[in-house]
Amino acid sequence: MNRAEFLAALRKDLNGLPPEDIEKSAEFYSELMDDHMENGLSEEEAAAALGSVDEIAAQILSETSLPKLIKAKVKPNRALKVWEVILIILGAPLWLPLLLAAMICFFSIYIVLWAVIFSLFAADLSLAACGLTGLVALVQYGVLYGNLAAGVLMVGAGMICVGLAILLFLGLLGVTKAGLRLNRNILLWIKSPFIRKENA
Amino acid sequence: MDNQLKRGLLDVCVLAAIKNEDSYGYQIIKDMKPYVEISESTLYPILRRLEAAELLTVRAAEHSGRLRKYYHITPLGLKRIESFRKEWNEIMSIYRFITREDAANE
Repeated sequence: MNRAEFLAALRKDLNGLPPEDIEKSAEFYSELMDDHMENGLSEEEAAAALGSVDEIAAQILSETSLPKLIKAKVKPNRALKVWEVILIILGAPLWLPLLLAAMICFFSIYIVLWAVIFSLFAADLSLAACGLTGLVALVQYGVLYGNLAAGVLMVGAGMICVGLAILLFLGLLGVTKAGLRLNRNILLWIKSPFIRKENA
Repeated sequence: MDNQLKRGLLDVCVLAAIKNEDSYGYQIIKDMKPYVEISESTLYPILRRLEAAELLTVRAAEHSGRLRKYYHITPLGLKRIESFRKEWNEIMSIYRFITREDAANE
């Protein structure tokens, strides 16, 4: 494989991405090939040293943002025939609601996940607020009602709440991190069919 | 190696490779080789990611009649290396924990 063949294969694998992205990638690998050749490799050897084109393209695609990727891969490589356009339009009452439903299902799961985390944080905040309430109660019972013992009891209860809030907060940080990781994995999972199809 | 872990480490390695002077793709791979094997196809996405995160900047300079891209580390990139050094103690202590039984059995 010489330089032209290598770059043509790379451009073909990346077909559909924004042209400037493809150009940047081609430039990068072309430069590497030049440097390999400057260090004594032949054109063929330099191309071989860069590794397989499919591997290179898969790496680039897996780092590409999802909207770009979908645009690149869903876009057909040829113009649609008239009957295909008609079929797509006529089929809209069928596929449009299905597609919408699937998307809404997905997003609702997503929202529920984050709503749970959000509500746990809200609960945590209210626990922390209890600590403050304990101090208010101290003033109320101790100063206004003259019952210092009850006031101190309230402060103690408030402190227990603050302690729980801190423990809960530490746990929640872990949960949030796990949520973010899950997020990324789901995104990779959604991306994977677009990447594999091209290299199958 | 675990992908997540290696990914983060390689980012710092690439930054370290351009820390003292600007470097280019071929040279970066060559400099890293004695320490960590990195392929061309791995390096390219990393450079793009680091550029997008403004940890490095790119400039083209002429070299024997053609353009070559040189990568220059930004203050943000230097900060990233610095924070890695701090994380390192934590990583070492995890390592000691993981290998502590091996040491006891020997």
